[in-house]
Amino acid sequence: MSHGDISDQLVATSVWSDQQLADHGIPVYDVPFVSVGGGIGSFSMVDTLRIAGSTTDQIRVVSDLKRPAQTYEYLASNSQIRNHHRLRSDSSSMIDCIWGWPGYALREAWAKKQPSHALQVLVEPVGADYYTPQAGQVYASVNREAARIGWDHMVTPGVVRHVRRRDRGDYFVLYTPPEGTAATRRVAFRCRYVHLAVGYPGVRFLPDLMKYRQQYNDYQRVVNAYEPHDHVYAEMRQRPCTVVVRGAGIVASRVLQRLIDDREDHGAQTTIIHLFRTYVSGPQGTKATFRRPGKKGWAYQGFNFPKASWGGQLRDQLESLEGDERREFIDSIGGTNTAPRKSWRDQLDRGEAEGFYVQARGVVHSVVPAPDSRQIRTVVAGPNGLPNTQYDADFIIDATGLEANIEEHRVINDLLRHVGAQKNVKGRLDVERDFHVRGVDNGDGRIYASGSMTLGGYYAGVDSFLGLQYAAMRIHDNLAASGFGKRIGPGRSTSQWWKWARNVAI
Amino acid sequence: MTPTLFGRIQTRLVMLGTVGVVWTLLIGLVVPRPLGATPGDIYEALFTALLIVAVVGIVWELIYHALQQYRWEKDWPTVLGLVVAIPEGIVAWWCLQNEIPWSVGPLQASTFLTMFITLWILVWAITNGPLQIFFLRWRYRGGRFIGGWG
Repeated sequence: MSHGDISDQLVATSVWSDQQLADHGIPVYDVPFVSVGGGIGSFSMVDTLRIAGSTTDQIRVVSDLKRPAQTYEYLASNSQIRNHHRLRSDSSSMIDCIWGWPGYALREAWAKKQPSHALQVLVEPVGADYYTPQAGQVYASVNREAARIGWDHMVTPGVVRHVRRRDRGDYFVLYTPPEGTAATRRVAFRCRYVHLAVGYPGVRFLPDLMKYRQQYNDYQRVVNAYEPHDHVYAEMRQRPCTVVVRGAGIVASRVLQRLIDDREDHGAQTTIIHLFRTYVSGPQGTKATFRRPGKKGWAYQGFNFPKASWGGQLRDQLESLEGDERREFIDSIGGTNTAPRKSWRDQLDRGEAEGFYVQARGVVHSVVPAPDSRQIRTVVAGPNGLPNTQYDADFIIDATGLEANIEEHRVINDLLRHVGAQKNVKGRLDVERDFHVRGVDNGDGRIYASGSMTLGGYYAGVDSFLGLQYAAMRIHDNLAASGFGKRIGPGRSTSQWWKWARNVAI
Repeated sequence: MTPTLFGRIQTRLVMLGTVGVVWTLLIGLVVPRPLGATPGDIYEALFTALLIVAVVGIVWELIYHALQQYRWEKDWPTVLGLVVAIPEGIVAWWCLQNEIPWSVGPLQASTFLTMFITLWILVWAITNGPLQIFFLRWRYRGGRFIGGWG
């Protein structure tokens, strides 16, 4: 063991003492609140706390990101949502504004002097598609709010390794600072409250595609929509190609749009084979009061959950459910679905009519190199003993989405093994209705979590702007009840909104 | 908006009890007064209209809530919040004409419409956003001020 580093013995010890860290030469700094992650989950939490009157000295965010929206931007950009494209998010789900008003639509209408955006939000979703904000607008607004709340003063660059109980109450958050920035290899915070917002540990690949990539060392032609894959579109503009797209969620929709835009605007001659594992041929659900629109393979809803999941009767319903009932309910209102944007549906209809967009369905049996060509063959098992179908393509784009396996995340895995956290009905981190992690209290100390890691709890839309803000508000209320920050009531809310509206630093 | 049933009712009553009362007081100053009518007569008529919109509105909210069940998103689109003013206005006017809950004397349709339409738009505009400035948790609570939190 070197001075200033952890030892195997310390890692194996679940509860740490001040003396143990001192013996290891690890410097310890006191701060009441530490957020682990540094992405938009941490940002929404810290934004709420700052509005609640907590000072920058009371908060630290351990992060390896330069800006809070950095990871989000990276994933969105890879999945072909560039700054001028629109996200799948509601006008009033404003990650930079906990009040949600004036919404992105009004702000865009005002900034561009285009009343059409305000009109769209007025008549959505009956007379127009849901208004959704441009990615660039969201990023710019996050940067503006981050500057307003003194984000950079609270960020401690580093990667968190462990969150552990302290023997006399509270917690240690042990992290690795960037090389050359600290005298020791590890540094620790001693804190009462820990907030975890670590997002997705990585990109999930379909197993058959993963196998193909590894077996044939082909990482260029079989790609995931969340990894950089612009070379695929570039080549498809150069020569006629066939591409297999897998998935039926929002990312698949956007990838298809990009492919068809390239045909229509740049003369690409791409043929698209769109492979569905589960084909939605009509509305889902047997009850008239619980029926999701669906057509031509896709399940349609405005956002990743029905709107009332964020703050209406579906939120109430989910809060009342436990165990399997909760899991089943989340699955029935979530699952794979996409936004019913008219432009997308029109493109696919055109593609179908002209023959360059072909839908296929079935379970993939294998993915192998096609003989006598440079193509990749996808073999789809025929249903009920029917013969297999083969699709040869130049590229395969896996747009089946991000999936979080919480054990792949080092800090969360450590929390499960050493601190007493449990998994919920969907295998993610078990939290209370107020996002307080169950089973990890230590004296007055508490750990909270928000974001995708908590899906399966009492709130469905955790992995969204509004869901992160909802979690932050619930956590704030819990903290304020313990005396950390002032509860944001109507007076404080109003005065703070006025500051936000004028971009006055707090 | 994604109201719950109690959220709908609470929001209606709170909005009419605050914004509604203030606006009715103000509008009473500017609407033309019929010959011989005192300001008190006008206010009696206007506040009766306000009361009808509040009380009959509870029944309307039950209907809207039932209709909302047939929407997958369980939401209440912004534009519907405007459209329903038409049936509600007609019913409120019918009540006034039929002396429900009591007679308010002669009331010009234009006076009623001035009050009803301006107030409706004002309440609609405030509940579709600015209300959240004062009540941060209101939207998460499905429009409730009491209950649905914690």
